[in-house]
Amino acid sequence: MSHSNDHHNDSHGSVKQYVIGLILSIILTIIPFGMVMLMDDPGVGVIWAIFGFAIAQVFVQLYFFLHLDGSKEQSWNVQALLFTLVIVGIVVGGSLWIMVELNQNMMPI
Amino acid sequence: MLGKLTLEAIPYHEPIIVIVLAAVILGGAALAGLITYMRKWTYLWTEWLTSVDHKKIGMMYIIVALVMLLRGFSDAIMMRSQQMLASTGGEGYLPPEHYDQIFTAHGVIMIFFVAMPFVIGLINVVVPLQIGARDVAFPFLNSLSFWLFVVGVILVNISLGLGEFAKTGWLAYPPLSGANYSPGVGVDYWIWSLQISGVGTLLTGVNFVATILKMRAPGMSLMKMPVFTWTALCANVLIIAAFPILTATIAMLTLDRYLDFHFFTNDLGGNMMMYVNLIWAWGHPEVYILVLPVFGVFSEVIATFSKKKLFGYTSLVWATIVITILSFVVWLHHFFTMGAGADVNAFFGIATMIISIPTGVKIFNWLFTMYRGRIEMTSPVLWTLGFMVTFTIGGMTGVLLAVPGANYVLHNSLFLIAHFHNVIIGGVVFGAMAGITYWFPKATGFMLCEKWGKRSFWFWIVGFYLAFMPLYILGFMGMTRRLQHVDNPLWVPYLVVAFIGAVLILIGIVCTVIQIVVSIKNRDQLQDTTGDIWGGRTLEWSTTSPAPFYNFAHEPQVKELDEFWEMKERGHEEAAKKPYAPIHMPRNAAAGVIISGFSLIFGFALIWHIWWLAIVGLVGMIASFIVRSFNYDTDYYVSVEEVERVEREGRERRSLPGARTPTDTVVQG
Repeated sequence: MSHSNDHHNDSHGSVKQYVIGLILSIILTIIPFGMVMLMDDPGVGVIWAIFGFAIAQVFVQLYFFLHLDGSKEQSWNVQALLFTLVIVGIVVGGSLWIMVELNQNMMPI
Repeated sequence: MLGKLTLEAIPYHEPIIVIVLAAVILGGAALAGLITYMRKWTYLWTEWLTSVDHKKIGMMYIIVALVMLLRGFSDAIMMRSQQMLASTGGEGYLPPEHYDQIFTAHGVIMIFFVAMPFVIGLINVVVPLQIGARDVAFPFLNSLSFWLFVVGVILVNISLGLGEFAKTGWLAYPPLSGANYSPGVGVDYWIWSLQISGVGTLLTGVNFVATILKMRAPGMSLMKMPVFTWTALCANVLIIAAFPILTATIAMLTLDRYLDFHFFTNDLGGNMMMYVNLIWAWGHPEVYILVLPVFGVFSEVIATFSKKKLFGYTSLVWATIVITILSFVVWLHHFFTMGAGADVNAFFGIATMIISIPTGVKIFNWLFTMYRGRIEMTSPVLWTLGFMVTFTIGGMTGVLLAVPGANYVLHNSLFLIAHFHNVIIGGVVFGAMAGITYWFPKATGFMLCEKWGKRSFWFWIVGFYLAFMPLYILGFMGMTRRLQHVDNPLWVPYLVVAFIGAVLILIGIVCTVIQIVVSIKNRDQLQDTTGDIWGGRTLEWSTTSPAPFYNFAHEPQVKELDEFWEMKERGHEEAAKKPYAPIHMPRNAAAGVIISGFSLIFGFALIWHIWWLAIVGLVGMIASFIVRSFNYDTDYYVSVEEVERVEREGRERRSLPGARTPTDTVVQG
């Protein structure tokens, strides 16, 4: 049976944390947006930069909005996150590797 | 108004389908009439359909699985007879467009609507009992999962009499499954039945991971969990990791078909090879979702009936965890021949061979558990022994297929078909039968008749070898899969043997049906009055059979692995003296049925392009979900008097005349 009254033990963070998270997310969105809008000829470097900002923002949101940290209560959540990262890494990385090879081998020149 | 739906959608010009349909309609009407006559509708609704009790939900999963096994098997025997009749130039009796639907339906039904519900049903019945919990973490969600799964079943069955089913093979590869080559509703039936039941499966995964991680009895650390619970945990982790890939892939195919997207077409930047890649990134973990829990079943069965601790518990748990991770690095072996280079093929070939190592470890665990054990040859043990031999053969042909060079010769041949039936029948089906027989008394209060169970086993295993060993040979002779007719007299003898094998399997299935009927009829003689009919080792056997709806009057305290066995060694009356406390339980909920009902309307309307009805279904789903979320009266406390009454009745059953000890039963069986 669900222990439906247990939620209040979990930390839901403070207003301050949410505001910091929001401001950081906005900054991390505006910079890559500006890079695309303001540059005349965005190169490959910009794509990698956007990639980097996006990953940084994922971590900001995980920490400030989902309250993932090293504490004991979060241990299962952190483990689940790590497992997810491993699986997503395998599936995305593996798919890219496979598709690049297929592209080289199967596309007529 | 009705989209693509016209009277022409009913295949009245195909005699086979018309006869089947007539039988289904008459049978359904007779069943409904019987329920009405016996005035059981209210009982059915309040006690079963709206139940959130994990044991009842589990039993309903297994009942649906057994019914769908009959449907999936009739597809199988039709294919076997068609190939036998149409291999010397004859036409057989199934026209190609019908044959193509049959092999597609067979695969889809057997994997999604037979194997999955068998496994999920067993997990539902057993896991909360094994960890000493009173229900799952989210009981209403569990009911919703079940009913979403039922919607998938209903959609597949509607396709039999209204329109058509996919003719694409069970994974519906594009471009064949795209709008250009499959303009009919068949692929749409496939899409929506899998999409809706897939959401149900995903919710089940979330539910059971939460249940196992958060609701174990005090003292049960992870390494004191029963093995079946461990394998269920890993399978459900795999569900959470893999099913979103299936959902996303089918969603992209849906966009291609409905809104002219080009994810998987050859123009406008699409790539059909990406579909094959993605569907197998789900598909390979899926086979481990099916097989890991049955490894758990065999572990419980073999330890109980050898009267020994499982050999190498720790190694078996680690083997399970290793398989969970490795199952995500082998998916390319399903398409070695698509054209990736030698380095990719070599990597995935070696990974596939490596994953057979932890599986091999398990085989030795079971063998050494049996070594010097006092093995009782009950039907669950027979299924387990049959599994160990059959699965090992299937595993070895799998390692052979993992060699990319050999795969180039054997891919898409009947060798492959023989291989995966070898592991799925020898693994999942045998495991489901072992598990159902083993836990049946815990769920219902009486045992299954052993005599018919053993008959079923012998017909199944002999039938299996006759049906599938010839297919290995035919594969070597060059026969490919999914052939509607060929002209090669050399293959005919093997196809005849395979057909005879299928007939034996049919007799095996009939034996199971008879077994259930006979057991229900003789349930008074087969009663499990002890609650521990087999001499079990884990907590589910410490409560009465059938388990009371709250499972345990006192929350069990766990000190060791195989806690119940240790309790019996210590003399386990210690808990019985304590006073009872009120028990917190979930209320039954109709919302699962209602939300799923609207999702059925939604799916059906999208299949037939009836847009207004789709909106009705979608709005209904969301509205009924919101209404449910404002219902705060979802739980209650069972009073101490009620607990006392149920427990007293349980004790009285134990002192009935003719109450048997575990040893009597086994000798007699």
